[in-house]
Amino acid sequence: MTSTVPDLPDIASETRMELYRLQLEMRHFEKRAYDLFMQSLVKGTSHLSLGQEAIAAAFGVAMMPGDWTFATYRGHAHTLARGVPMTAVLAELMGRANGLMGGKGGSMHLTSVEHGVMGSYAIIGAHLTIANGAAWSAQYRRSGQVAVCFFGDGTTNIGAFHEAVNFAAVWKLPVVFVCENNLYMEYTPIAAVTAVDRPAADRAAAYGLEPVVVDGNDADVMYQTAVRAVERARSGAGPSLIEALTYRHGGHSRADPGKYRPAEEIAAWLERDPVPLYRSRLLSLGVPRAELERLEQAVAEAVDLATEEAKAGPPPAPELLMSDVWADGGSSWRN
Amino acid sequence: MAQLTYRAAVARAIAQEMRRDDSVVFLGEDVAAAGGVFKATPGLLDEFGAERVRDTPISEQAILGAAMGAAMTGLRPIAEIMFADFFAVAWDIVVNEIAKSRYMTNGQVSFPLVIRSGNGGGLRFGAQHSQSVENWAMAVPGLKVIAPSNPRDVIGLLAAAVRDPDPVLFFEHKALYAAKGEVPDGEIVDELGTARVLRRGRDCTIAALGAMVPRALAAAGQLSSQGIEATVVDVRSLVPLDTATILETVAATGRLFTVEENPRLCGWGAELASIVSEECFHDLDGPIVRITTPHVPLPAADVLEDIALPSVARVVESVRTAVG
Ligand SMILES: Cc1ncc(C[n+]2csc(CCOP(=O)(O)OP(=O)(O)O)c2C)c(N)n1
Ligand SMILES: [Mg+2]
Repeated sequence: MTSTVPDLPDIASETRMELYRLQLEMRHFEKRAYDLFMQSLVKGTSHLSLGQEAIAAAFGVAMMPGDWTFATYRGHAHTLARGVPMTAVLAELMGRANGLMGGKGGSMHLTSVEHGVMGSYAIIGAHLTIANGAAWSAQYRRSGQVAVCFFGDGTTNIGAFHEAVNFAAVWKLPVVFVCENNLYMEYTPIAAVTAVDRPAADRAAAYGLEPVVVDGNDADVMYQTAVRAVERARSGAGPSLIEALTYRHGGHSRADPGKYRPAEEIAAWLERDPVPLYRSRLLSLGVPRAELERLEQAVAEAVDLATEEAKAGPPPAPELLMSDVWADGGSSWRN
Repeated sequence: MAQLTYRAAVARAIAQEMRRDDSVVFLGEDVAAAGGVFKATPGLLDEFGAERVRDTPISEQAILGAAMGAAMTGLRPIAEIMFADFFAVAWDIVVNEIAKSRYMTNGQVSFPLVIRSGNGGGLRFGAQHSQSVENWAMAVPGLKVIAPSNPRDVIGLLAAAVRDPDPVLFFEHKALYAAKGEVPDGEIVDELGTARVLRRGRDCTIAALGAMVPRALAAAGQLSSQGIEATVVDVRSLVPLDTATILETVAATGRLFTVEENPRLCGWGAELASIVSEECFHDLDGPIVRITTPHVPLPAADVLEDIALPSVARVVESVRTAVG
């Protein structure tokens, strides 16, 4: 796997522990979310990032408070990466009053403005253009904030992607576009529908950007890449387009067992599962096994607690139906 | 008081708001250096500079997405969609992103933004540059929808739209850009959600919007000379809708005619008719009559376009037949 990231100063050990903790949290959280679907406690649909955690975790650590995340329907991990409490996210998945949006958004629209999570969007490509707007606001107000926008390989074939990347480049916006190339759109392999090999990186030159392809399953590589891109944006040097190679362990969504993928392909990528890979890295760097086990235990317990708290939440009050269409809190369209 | 064109009123309104509030920014295709294809925004780049008045690529989704993202992070953008027909290429951003995001985030974000657009026909531009699409917007929960009929309202309602905390689609009428009207000096700020009664008459109410307002007024003048006295209401604001004024005038006259430029099906007048028949049915002396563009795309040839759009003669004839 290629990496065009130059060597950066070594990563501090606390940073590495945080990268591991976040990946663990995402992994345990989403496994729990999956179990809760199976029990019909989570309804509707849900899209998991199992296998792709290193990318969201790396940006979560590299971003500063005040920076903005724009995520997709596959956005649980990116939301947790900004420090949003698991209870609120799980309760939102369960349609409870204690959910992150009171139950009005659901799994695909996780938003927590106080944590800089400016929304999770479920129409392919749209949020790249919206992330530009936030970045424009930062540029105009000289606030130093950066917008980071995550999306999939399939998203590089919709018009909004191309409009947004060109626009960001022309306006030199402080935005980082992160393509998580997991090789598939919903069911169709990306290679079958894309004119170039690297769906994001091979388009970069069209917008005057550097092609960046990185190992999205290596949290250290991802972290170094993220730091570089976020700093570039913050310094006023303009946008980046990063293609992170990764793989989702499960199907596209709850409804999909992912049977269209060759067994050898799945097996090869499971060998490269970012969470155990990172655990081995930490052990080889001399982190005591007992310390890792303590952390793993703590995360598992936190997920159990969040599950109990989420389950304890009441259903949303019926009044919520008619609230917050408008900024005055209501939904009235006439006098 | 000064005579001002409708197009000059647009620039005056934007300038009024940009002077007052640094967070107001303006973007669109050819709007800055060129002053807009309808020459409605000249001078803004010179006065406010390239950071606040920005030309964009031909990227309607990117334009509206940028407005949305800026609005949710502290700015009050005004975006231009050159011709209202072009909303179609960025309709996702309008209806799925801007209109829904406040609701689905349980009120965590607001969108104080305005999207201005040249709407409507009469200029022989053909089907893709002429449609009145205000009824598309009216059908979407979460959008406010305004359509001014005269220069004074352009300023007052555009200012109110910029100050409003919610997304406003502001439909300027292309055929009115050259129209002149009296405009007071100084700051003008109107109120969204208010219709205006332009003339009172006992026999019927004619409700009109945008470029249909001057036609409704002209028709009322002719009807008066034939002994039919019409009340004319400029609806101005489709969302929020000033149902109180509509219901009050219909109760007083017993008849309602709508003059709508949008194609017939699901035009705004259908909603008015529904409200009036539910809420003041017993005040009605006869059926509600909708005078609309037929349910066809607009033709380019002047003769055909003139037949398509509701004309003064058609309004007079419809009212005379029904009331006379
Ligand atoms: C405009 C639009 N078209 C189609 C869909 C349906 N859809 C949802 S996710 C998806 C696949 C997206 O693939 P990719 O961008 O690779 O992201 P991934 O799901 O792999 O993370 C599709 C086609 C949609 N939500 N929006
Ligand atoms: Mg994909």
